[in-house]
Amino acid sequence: MEASALSLITVVLFLPLIGMFVLLFMKDERVENIKWTALGFSLATFVASLVLWAGFDNSNPDLQMVQRLNWLPQYNISYYVGIDGLSLLLVILTTFIMPLAILSSFRAHVIEERGRAKLYFMFMLLLEWAMLGVFVAQDLFLFYIFWEVTLVPMYFLIGIWGAEQRVYAAVKFFLYTMAGSILMLLAILFLGNAAGTFAVPDIIASIKSGELVLPFNGLLNPDSVQSFLFLGFFIAFAIKVPIWPLHSWLPDAHVQAPTAGSVILAGVLLKMGTYGLVRFNLPLFPEASVAWAPYVAALAVIGILYGAWVSYAQKDVKKLVAYSSVSHLGFVVLGIFALNAQGIEGGILQMVNHGISTGGLFLLVGMLYERRHTKALDAFGGIWKVMPLYGGISLIVVLSSMGLPGLNGFVGEFTILLGSMGSHVLGFFFTLFATLGVILAAVYMLYMFQKVYMGDVDKEENRNLPQLHWQEIAVLVPILIAIILIGLQPAPFFSTMNSTVNELVEDVQVYIPGQADTVVFEQPADAASVVLNSGE
Amino acid sequence: MESYAQLVPLMILIPAVGAIINFFWGAKLGEALSSRVAIVASALTFVIALLLFAFLNGSHGQPVIVNPPLLDGWIRIGESVEIPWQMRVDTLSVTMMLFVSFVGTMIHVYASGYMHGDSRFPRFFAYLNMFLAFMFILVTGNNFLMMFVGWEGVGVCSFLLIGFWFDKPGGVGWKNSNAAKKAMIANRVGDFGMLMGIFLMFWTFGTLDYYRPGEIANVHFLEETVHEAHEAESHEAEDAIGGAESEADGHEDAAPAEDEHGSLMLTSLRAQEHSEEAIAAEGEDDHADEEHGSSHWPPEYTNNDHIATENLGVFGQAERMLEEGVEVDFGPFSLPIETVIVLITLFLLLGATGKSAQIPLFVWLPDAMAGPTPVSALIHAATMVTAGVYMMVRSNVLYVNADVTSFIVTIIGAATAIMAGYIALGQWDIKRVLAYSTISQLGFMVAAVGVGAFGAAMFHMVTHAFFKALLFLGSGSVIHGVEHGHHHVSHHGHGDHHDDHDHHEEEFDPQDMRNMGGLRRNMPITYLTYLIGTLALAGIIPFAGFWSKDEILADSWLAGLFGQSALQQVGGYIALGVLLVAAAFTAFYMWRQMELVFYGKARTEAAEHAPESVPSMTIPLIILGFFSIFIGFINTPKGFLGLENIFGAGNLIHFIEWSVANVHPYMPQGGVFNPLIAIIALTLGVGAIFLARSIYGNGKAVTSNGRDPLAARPTTGAVWNLANARLYWDEIYFRFIENPYNRAGAFLADQLDWNFWHDFVHNSVLTRGFNALGNFLSSPVDLGIIDGAVNGVGRLVRWFSGRLRLVQTGYVRMYAITVLVGVVFVIVIIILPLIQAG
Repeated sequence: MEASALSLITVVLFLPLIGMFVLLFMKDERVENIKWTALGFSLATFVASLVLWAGFDNSNPDLQMVQRLNWLPQYNISYYVGIDGLSLLLVILTTFIMPLAILSSFRAHVIEERGRAKLYFMFMLLLEWAMLGVFVAQDLFLFYIFWEVTLVPMYFLIGIWGAEQRVYAAVKFFLYTMAGSILMLLAILFLGNAAGTFAVPDIIASIKSGELVLPFNGLLNPDSVQSFLFLGFFIAFAIKVPIWPLHSWLPDAHVQAPTAGSVILAGVLLKMGTYGLVRFNLPLFPEASVAWAPYVAALAVIGILYGAWVSYAQKDVKKLVAYSSVSHLGFVVLGIFALNAQGIEGGILQMVNHGISTGGLFLLVGMLYERRHTKALDAFGGIWKVMPLYGGISLIVVLSSMGLPGLNGFVGEFTILLGSMGSHVLGFFFTLFATLGVILAAVYMLYMFQKVYMGDVDKEENRNLPQLHWQEIAVLVPILIAIILIGLQPAPFFSTMNSTVNELVEDVQVYIPGQADTVVFEQPADAASVVLNSGE
Repeated sequence: MESYAQLVPLMILIPAVGAIINFFWGAKLGEALSSRVAIVASALTFVIALLLFAFLNGSHGQPVIVNPPLLDGWIRIGESVEIPWQMRVDTLSVTMMLFVSFVGTMIHVYASGYMHGDSRFPRFFAYLNMFLAFMFILVTGNNFLMMFVGWEGVGVCSFLLIGFWFDKPGGVGWKNSNAAKKAMIANRVGDFGMLMGIFLMFWTFGTLDYYRPGEIANVHFLEETVHEAHEAESHEAEDAIGGAESEADGHEDAAPAEDEHGSLMLTSLRAQEHSEEAIAAEGEDDHADEEHGSSHWPPEYTNNDHIATENLGVFGQAERMLEEGVEVDFGPFSLPIETVIVLITLFLLLGATGKSAQIPLFVWLPDAMAGPTPVSALIHAATMVTAGVYMMVRSNVLYVNADVTSFIVTIIGAATAIMAGYIALGQWDIKRVLAYSTISQLGFMVAAVGVGAFGAAMFHMVTHAFFKALLFLGSGSVIHGVEHGHHHVSHHGHGDHHDDHDHHEEEFDPQDMRNMGGLRRNMPITYLTYLIGTLALAGIIPFAGFWSKDEILADSWLAGLFGQSALQQVGGYIALGVLLVAAAFTAFYMWRQMELVFYGKARTEAAEHAPESVPSMTIPLIILGFFSIFIGFINTPKGFLGLENIFGAGNLIHFIEWSVANVHPYMPQGGVFNPLIAIIALTLGVGAIFLARSIYGNGKAVTSNGRDPLAARPTTGAVWNLANARLYWDEIYFRFIENPYNRAGAFLADQLDWNFWHDFVHNSVLTRGFNALGNFLSSPVDLGIIDGAVNGVGRLVRWFSGRLRLVQTGYVRMYAITVLVGVVFVIVIIILPLIQAG
C-alpha cells in the first residue's frame, strides 16, 4: 500500500479527534449544540467503520488497509495502523458503543449538576480516539501511547462526574493500570531494541524466520526471556481485563463512574486487555503462551466461578454487574488460551457480546439511577410492573448476559467452551468447571432480576417512576438488535476473523508438544483413527 | 406432497408472529381479538402438523431435512465447526408436533375463558404463543444445539409464566417469582449436563446433527420392510397363479408388513421397482411414479453403508465407531468409545432430569404450580416437561449402547415414579397433587427409556399429554368455580366487599381441597371429564392410560426376560416391580382427590355456590375427555380380543419406528398384549380405588378437625405426615445447597474480596508499603522532586483531591486544559509525520 494514501483506518481513527477539536471551539453555554455535535461525530465514526467492514477482505489473514509512516525513525518507531480479523470487530464495537454512551449522557443529571458539558463530551471523543488507536496500532510504541492516553479521559470522567468516592476510584484506576503498564513498557522497549523495530508484524516475521530468537526455558527460569516478556505484557493486560485476582480496581471504578463511563469501561476498555492477549502475547511469545496456558486458564476458571459467586452476594446493582464482568471475561480469557480456532474466535466474539450485553446492563442500571438516585438492590422491587417496556427490555439483556441460546451471549460462551473442551492444552476438566459458571450466571442474574423487577411494588418511591424517554429507547434498541442479530446469525462475525485466527493458531500450535503436524482440528479421514489430540 | 415438508418453518414462524402481535398491539386489540390471534396461530400449527403427518404417511416415513429460508447457517467457524439452523420432519418430530399443537390449541381456547379479566391478558397469550414457537424449535431441530435453543427457550417461557403474577400483593408475588427463579435455576443445572454432553459429542463425532441428508435412521426396519416387499412380490406371483392360501399366509404372519404402513410401503416399493424395470413404461406406471414423486426412499439404498463415516450424523457415527472399537482421545486421557458414550448419555441424562423433573432436579415442578392453571396444563404437564424424554428417545441409539446409563435411567425413573406418587398421597392443594402425579408419570416414561421401551415411552407421553392436560384444566375449572363461589358468598355476607376482598383472598385458599367437596352437583361437566381423566391416569381399561402404562409394564417384563446383559434384566424387573406399586399409588391418590373434590358434601359455602365454568373452558374439557378415552387406540397391542383388526396393532410405534431405531430393542415380542401383567396392574388399580373409596368415601374425606383420615390413624399417621412434608426435599436442598451457597457467597464477597483483598491488601498493605518506600527514598536523599513524585498513594490521593477541590472553585478548567494541552502535544507528534508525508 502506498504510504502517502490516506487510509480509511486513519479516517476512522481521527474522526473523533476532529470532533473533539470542533467542540473545543464551541461556546460552553450551547450545551444542546455540543451534545448533538458530539453524537454526530461518533455516528459518523460508526458509519465510517461500517465502510471499513464493507471493504474488509475476510479471506486475507494479514493486515489490511495498512498505513505506515515514519514517525521517530531514529528509534525505529512508526505510525503504523491496520486491521485484521482480530481487530475489526473490536473497532466496530467501539464505534457502536460510543454513540450510545454519548446519547445516554444527554439526560444525565450529573452533567447538569456539575456542569462542564463541553469538557465531558470532549473527553468522550478523546477516549474514542484513544481506544480506536489501541485496536488499530501495529507499532508497539504507538500502541503503548494510545493505551496510556485512554487513561486520561477516563480518569477525569470518573473523577469529575462520578459518584461520592469518585476521586479514590479514579486514582486507584489510574495507578493500578499504570503499575501494569510500566512492566509492559519495559517489555516493549526490550523487544523493540532486540528486534530493531517496534512494528509488530515485522517482529513476528523475524521471530518466525529465526532472525530474532527469544529463548524459552520454562516458566520462571531466569534464562527464559520469552517467559518474562510474556509476563510483562500479560500482567498489564491481566489488570485491564481484569483477570482474577487483579480485579480489585474494577468494582470501585464501575460503581463510581457515571453511567456512560461504566458503559465504556465494560463495553470497550476491558476488551483492550483481552485484545492485547490475542494480539501480542500469543503471536509474539507462542512458546511461552503454550507453557503458561494452563495456568492462565486456571485463573480464568477461578475468575468465572469467583466472579459469579461474589456477584451474587452484592447489595448494589452496579457492583453486581461489575463483578459479573470478572466472570464473563474469565470465559474470554479461557477461550483465548484454549489456543485453538474455536476458543479464540469464541473469545473475540464474546468480547463483542460482553460489550453489548454488559454495556446494556449498565445503561439500564443508569436509567434506574436517574430516576431513583440509588443503586441499592433493596431499594427496588416490582419495577417491571411500573415500567413494563423497561422491564421487558431488561429481561432480554439479562438473558443475553446469562447466555441464553438464540441470543448473542450464548454463541460466544458455547464456542469458547467447545474450544476449551477440544483444546490440546486444556481439555475436559477445565471445561467441566468453566461450564459450572453457566449455572452460577443464572443464579446471580435471576437474583438481580427478581430483586429489582419482580415482586410487589412495596416502596412508595417506585410507584410513579416515569416511563422510558424516547432517547432512552433509542439507546436500547440498537443493543437489542445487536443481541438478536448476533444470536441468530453469528456466522458473518466469525468469518471476519477466521483466516487471521487460523494463521495465528497454526503459528502457536507448532509449540504444543506432539502437535507439530496436526494444525487445526480436522475431520478425520477414517473413523478408526479418530483422535482429538493426536499424541501418537 | 414433498412441498408440505417445506412448511415446517411456519410451525415456528406463525406462533412467533402471534406472540409479536400480542406483545406490541395486544393492549389495543382487547381481550377477544388478542386471544383469537393466539388461538388461530396455535390452531394453524396443528393444521400444518396434520399436513406434515399426511406427507409422512404418503412417503412412508421418509424424513425430510429443511433449511429455513433467510438464515444462513448458524455457528460456523471455518471448516472446523458447522452447526446449522436445520429442521427435521420425521415421524418422531411430527408425533411431537401433532400432540403439542393439538393440546396447545385446546389450552389456548380454555385460557381465553380462564384468564378473562386479567390485567395482562394479551401478554399471557403472547407468552403462550412464544412457548409454542420454542417448543417447535425444540422438536423440529436436526441437531442437538437447536434442540438446546428450544430447550432453553421453553425454559424462559416457563419462567415468565410461572412468574406471571409476580406482582400479587401480600408476598404472593414474591413467592411466585421465587418459584419462577427456582425453575430456571434447576433447569440450568440440567443445562450444564446438556452442554457437557454436547461438547463431548462434538469432539467425538465432529458434528451435532442427528442424521445427515440421505441418511437412514432405522436401517433394520427399512431392510426388513424391503425384505417383506420382496417376499410379498413372490406372494403376489403366487396369487397370480391362483393361490387362495396367500391370504391365510398373511394372517399367520404378524410381521410389520402386515400393518397399515407396512402395506402402504409395499405398494410404494412395488411401484418403484416397476418403473425401474421398464423405462418405456405404460401410462399407469408413469402415473404411479409421479404420484409418489421424490417421496420414495432412495431406491438404491436400504442402509447407510455407502456414506463415509464422517458424513454421518451423531448416531450413525456412534454405531460405526462402536463396531470398529475406536479410542477417543481427550487431551489428558483417551477413552474407548463405549465409555465416551456412557459419559455423553450420563450428561444428557442430567439435562433430562432437569427438564423432565426427575430426581434429583424435580423440586422446581411442584412450585411451578404458582403459574396460572392453563400454564400448568400446557407447559408443566403436557408438553415442555416431556422434552427430556423426547431428547432421550431421540438419542435412543446412544442409550441402547450404554448399559450403565440405561440402568441408572431406569433407577431414576422408577424411583421418581414411586417417590412422587407417594408424596402425592399427602397433599391438600389440588394442583400440587397433579404436579406430583406429573413427576410420577414422567418417571414412568423415563423408566421406559431405561429399559429400552422407547416406543412405549413415546406412547405414554402422548396419552399422558391428553389426560393430564384434561386434569389440570379440570382443576382450573374447579378453582375458578370455588373462587367464584367464594366471591358470591362474600358479596352476600358483607356490605362493603371491596375492603374485605383482599383480606379474604389471603385467608381463603381456593386450591385447598379441604375447602371443596360435593362439586359434582354444581359442576357436572367438570366432574364427568375429571372422572374420565382420573380413570385414564389410574390406568383403568379402556381409558387411554391403561394402554400406554400397560405397554411400559409389559416391555419392562420382556426386558427382564430377554435383556442382553444382567444389568438390562435387573433393570427390567426393577422397573416392573416399582412401577406396579407406583401405578397403585396413582389410582389411590387420584381417587382420594375425587372424593375430596367432587363427592360427599360441600365443606365450605364457597364450594356450595361454585358455578360451572363458561363454555370456552368446558368445551376443551369435553374434547380432551373424548381423547382421554380413545387416544389409547392409536397403539393397541397385538393379541387383545381382536382389537388389532379394528384399529390395527401398534400404529403409533410403527409410525415412530421409521425414526427411532430401537422402539423395543430387547423385546422380541414388544407390543404384544401381556394378559398377566395387565390383570395384575388392573387389579392393583381397581383395588387402590376401592381402598381410597373406603377410606375417603361416604363423607369421611376430611376428619372433623380438618385432618386426613390416614393422618388421624396412629398406624398410618407417620407415613402420611412424611408424604405431606414432601419427604423434606426442599428443606434438605436449602440446608445443604442453597444456604451454604448463600453464606459462602456472602463470606467471599464481604470478607475475602472486600475486607481482606480490597481494603486490607490494597488500601493498607500496598498503600502503606508504597508510602514507606517513598519515605525511605525521599528522606535520605531529600530531594523535593522525588519527594513530590514518590510520596505514596496516600499523598497522591490528597493531592488529587486537592486538585479536584479546584473543580468546585473553577480552577479545574485550567487544570483540564493543561492536560488537554499535553494530549494535544502528543497528538501533534503523531500527526506531524502524516502532514510531512502528505
